[in-house]
Amino acid sequence: MRVPRGVRIGLLLAPALTVVVVLFGGGLAQALAQSLGYQPFLAPRPLGLDAYRQLWTDPAVRASIGVTLRIAVVSTAVAAALGVAAALTVRSLGRPRRVFGALLQVTLPVPHLVAALAMLLLLAQSGTLSRGSNALGLTGDPAAFPTLTQDAFGWGIIISYVWKEAPFVGVVVLAALSTGVAELEDAARALGAGPWQRFRHVVLPVITPAAGASSLLVLAFTVGSYEVPFLLGRPFPATLPVVAYQQFRDPDLTARPLAAAISVLIAVLVGLCALAYLALTERRHPTRLVRR
Amino acid sequence: MRRAIGPTALAVGLLLPVLPLLAWAVSGQWRYPALVPERLTGRGLGLIADRDVLEALATSLVIATAVAVLAAALGLGAGRAVGMYSFPGRGVVQFLLLAPALVPTIAVALGIQVFLIRYGLADSVAGVVLVQLIPTVPYVSLVMGAAFANLDPDVEDQARMLGAGPVRRAVLVALPAVRPALVVSAFLAFLISWSEYILTLLVGGGTVRTLPLLLFAAIGSADYTAAAALALVIAVPPLVLIGVTSRFLTGATPATVGFGRL
Repeated sequence: MRVPRGVRIGLLLAPALTVVVVLFGGGLAQALAQSLGYQPFLAPRPLGLDAYRQLWTDPAVRASIGVTLRIAVVSTAVAAALGVAAALTVRSLGRPRRVFGALLQVTLPVPHLVAALAMLLLLAQSGTLSRGSNALGLTGDPAAFPTLTQDAFGWGIIISYVWKEAPFVGVVVLAALSTGVAELEDAARALGAGPWQRFRHVVLPVITPAAGASSLLVLAFTVGSYEVPFLLGRPFPATLPVVAYQQFRDPDLTARPLAAAISVLIAVLVGLCALAYLALTERRHPTRLVRR
Repeated sequence: MRRAIGPTALAVGLLLPVLPLLAWAVSGQWRYPALVPERLTGRGLGLIADRDVLEALATSLVIATAVAVLAAALGLGAGRAVGMYSFPGRGVVQFLLLAPALVPTIAVALGIQVFLIRYGLADSVAGVVLVQLIPTVPYVSLVMGAAFANLDPDVEDQARMLGAGPVRRAVLVALPAVRPALVVSAFLAFLISWSEYILTLLVGGGTVRTLPLLLFAAIGSADYTAAAALALVIAVPPLVLIGVTSRFLTGATPATVGFGRL
């Protein structure tokens, strides 16, 4: 007796989709309802878009949106550039390539909150870099060293993200470059292509999709992470996840709709990244489906 | 000489930020502007034997192990469906599996808190495990989807021809073929849970105390010796696990998606 094909696929999907629909979907639906003014433990009140209006009109929230997007975009751009540079550097090495390839993986499993603490100890005004600059006679006291943590621009957050995510982009790009690209370059050289032509027409088309896809994952993460901006950022204007949590913990329950609206905004921003990632990777590696 | 600039910059950039952390973990006194600790202490590393830390270590291990096992068990099937079958709505299913793996859990945790309070799961280990399944189950499905897509279906058909039933085919043919990917995805689910802070705080309400919560408390009280030592306790298991699994991580697999959120 054979189970019908549709039922079999349904049974295979059921456990994971139950988790996604019930827990993820339920949480998101609840956040959406609360953002519209629904309060689970209070008497019903009229629903409305007030919280979303507040996202645009409240200068504090607008400042948070600005700082979140700025940190996310700058971190992603720098991580992508440095990641590609690191991959090309490691690839150009002869014998030490294995060592440096392994070195590139060292920061990957280090939790972001550990990275943030390391950056705090390194970059703070009384941190190791500041002491080094004092020893060199460049700065006389902690206040003379540039503020790199809890700074207005968010440099500390950006540096911490880049330290973690540039190697991530680098590892993905390096993996893409190890799939027969050297042979293609040899072929191009044999056909008379110069170094720039080989890079432009052989290496770059391999790098671009890998760097693009991994950068989207970095962007998604940097928009929604809590720990790093909490430890290395200013309390005001804080990034969106930090504000969402602040509003959520506010004893005044009227702050809840705003917390929920910010959650929905974060989810939408990251959802767009996920869509773009799928579009990019499915076009690059259309999954070979064997059981039609 | 010029060729050495790139690799040197790479090594310095990757390793320099770790040095202050290592030094702080053993420093008893380290005031500005001293370049090296003025006095060394075993207090930081001795914390590992501290009662609170041991309890948090146990809690972290229990939660992360439960999350890894449950995520692997619940996510495996969907991986097979997405990796081997073509069906209407497959693109939607893929999006449904990718979105929770990326969307920061804080966005859904605020909403889900209502249900957890209603069903008495707030402030409990079970509630924390449940919420951490949101990113990890879809993540396992994604990784396994890629693994099943690379599986040769003819092998299973041959097993059927030779008379193996569905259970024997699954246990003796399919499972061994995808075991490396399953191990890696379970490891990464463990790591995602192991380094989670804000979810544990939100859902556990401070009563479920894992290592990251202790680390935040130490940073909050400006005890950098304890913070650095706890950070090392948190960072070492992931580094060891990655050393063990690195030969399966080629960067081309969706397994790397997991690193984005560690």
